[in-house]
Amino acid sequence: MTDFGEGTGSFPRAMTSLPIEGSSRRQSLLGADRSDRIYRRILTGFALALPLLFLMILAVLFVSALPALRRFGPSFLWTSTWDPVAELYGAAPMIVGTLLSSFLAILIAVPLALGVAIFLTEFAPRWLRQPVAFLVELLAAIPSVVYGLWGVFVLIPFLRTAVVPPLKAVLGWTPFLQGVFYGNSLLAGGVILAIMIVPYIAAVSREVLLAVPGSQREAALAMGATRWEAVRSAVLPYGRAGLIGAIILGLGRALGETMAVTMLIGNRHDIGISLLQPAYTMAAAIANEFSEATTNMYHSALFEVGLVLFVVTVVVNAIARILIWRVARGAAIGSRAL
Amino acid sequence: MTALVVALSFIAVLALVLILGDLVLKGASSIDWAFFTRSPVPAGQTGGGVANAIVGTGIVVGLAALIGVPIGVGAGMYLAEYGSGKLGFIVRFIADVLNGTPSIVIGIVAWTFIVRPTHRFSALAGSVALAILMIPMLARTTEEMVRLVPHSLREAALALGYPRWRTSLKVVARTALTGIVTGCLVGIARVAGETAPLLFTALGNLNFSFSVTQPMQTLSLQIYVYATGPFEEWHRLAWASALVLMGLVLMISLTARWVTRQRYGSGS
Repeated sequence: MTDFGEGTGSFPRAMTSLPIEGSSRRQSLLGADRSDRIYRRILTGFALALPLLFLMILAVLFVSALPALRRFGPSFLWTSTWDPVAELYGAAPMIVGTLLSSFLAILIAVPLALGVAIFLTEFAPRWLRQPVAFLVELLAAIPSVVYGLWGVFVLIPFLRTAVVPPLKAVLGWTPFLQGVFYGNSLLAGGVILAIMIVPYIAAVSREVLLAVPGSQREAALAMGATRWEAVRSAVLPYGRAGLIGAIILGLGRALGETMAVTMLIGNRHDIGISLLQPAYTMAAAIANEFSEATTNMYHSALFEVGLVLFVVTVVVNAIARILIWRVARGAAIGSRAL
Repeated sequence: MTALVVALSFIAVLALVLILGDLVLKGASSIDWAFFTRSPVPAGQTGGGVANAIVGTGIVVGLAALIGVPIGVGAGMYLAEYGSGKLGFIVRFIADVLNGTPSIVIGIVAWTFIVRPTHRFSALAGSVALAILMIPMLARTTEEMVRLVPHSLREAALALGYPRWRTSLKVVARTALTGIVTGCLVGIARVAGETAPLLFTALGNLNFSFSVTQPMQTLSLQIYVYATGPFEEWHRLAWASALVLMGLVLMISLTARWVTRQRYGSGS
């Protein structure tokens, strides 16, 4: 990254205010001053596009959701009737489904991603680091719909034959594995989400671990710690905030992921905690029902789902960013397109 | 414990190998000349291709780049050149937060802005949605690339009496140009695979269409429809389309990565 320190403007201020004698020289400098101001204004305009975009998204969602907000109030969040014919809408099943599938994804993805990050920064031989990092990041380049396709025709048959039977044999008595596994289910959605968020968590965690000063490691090693003990007692605690940030960033991705989940989760308006049963997510509901929404209230209810999803992901992402910045200040970690 | 992290990394890489392997195994056999040159045939018949979807992807993504690249790169230049103040902090933070916004939400926002007032699904609406996705990403990569330009270069230009705007454009931006262009390419590759924001905007189209005010097919929409449809023939075409889309995305990302490495070395 930059080595001239964060927070400093890139132009040294003194440069433009050099005392220069002679009127013609001053004239040209004044001219330059005006064009400089114009240049700065143009760039500022482009930069302002981002906050503007953010406010516009929020405003559009809010205004479009207003009829549903007025009609159902906060009970929209915890009632579970979704009946377009009776014009009654409650988003509880999809909110629960979103949380459960994302939670399952995090549960599977975090050990994998942290394993990759620790391996790449602490244990891998140098020649292996770049290729493995590259391969894991390639996972992030696979389009969501391709994950969906693979999930439908490869992952679900695999789960049906190789994963669900042994799982049921061992843990079949728990409430999480009740019912018959038809394929499209919370389990399938959660597993595909896990594969999809591994590269994000791994890439950000890796950069967080790289930002941990070498002196931390060396101090632990000098005290007689093994490499693993140094990682556990010095490196991980130092980067803890950033690692939690990385995980929360992955959670944000999982909450809003649409296509692959829509194709795999089963899309059923029901609250259940069995992993084998179909479920629904907020993003999937919008993807499935938006084009069939015939009445204004139906549209409005879907916009309210969008509003809830947007607000939740913004809050989650903001928390993640703040945590990551605490370890690696101002760096664009993880925001680079992988 | 070393064995554990090695095993975990192995599993992650294995997932990639499996997915790419399946794409090639199930997709490659369906790819022939007709696949690239013909439009889809009616459901139930065999044969046909995805020429319209390939052209559509090009148009929708190209238009998105036309809208998104200037704004994204401009915002990134602001962040790198003047971004040390309060506005810089806000813009940087919002860019990072918008980067994680679900693309389906952007889709319904673009629907509200363009499809609803014009009463028509259109490629243009899809492009606007993709451009909105692209902007925060490009702003941050541009900023990063511009910040890599050595400070001494700036100072040299300023010392020669160059005004700041010329220094910024002719020296700084020019030096970072390769980085900025590759950043744009990676951003384009990423939105080229997007489906969710196109569902209610570009919509999809079974026929050839070159009009940006009409619905348009893209590879991603085609894969979604074919994968979730009931016909064996469709599934075959879905795998082939997925292989083509993946190839496209990979080609752009790999080129970008290779160019960056040539330019900036293989540091982290």
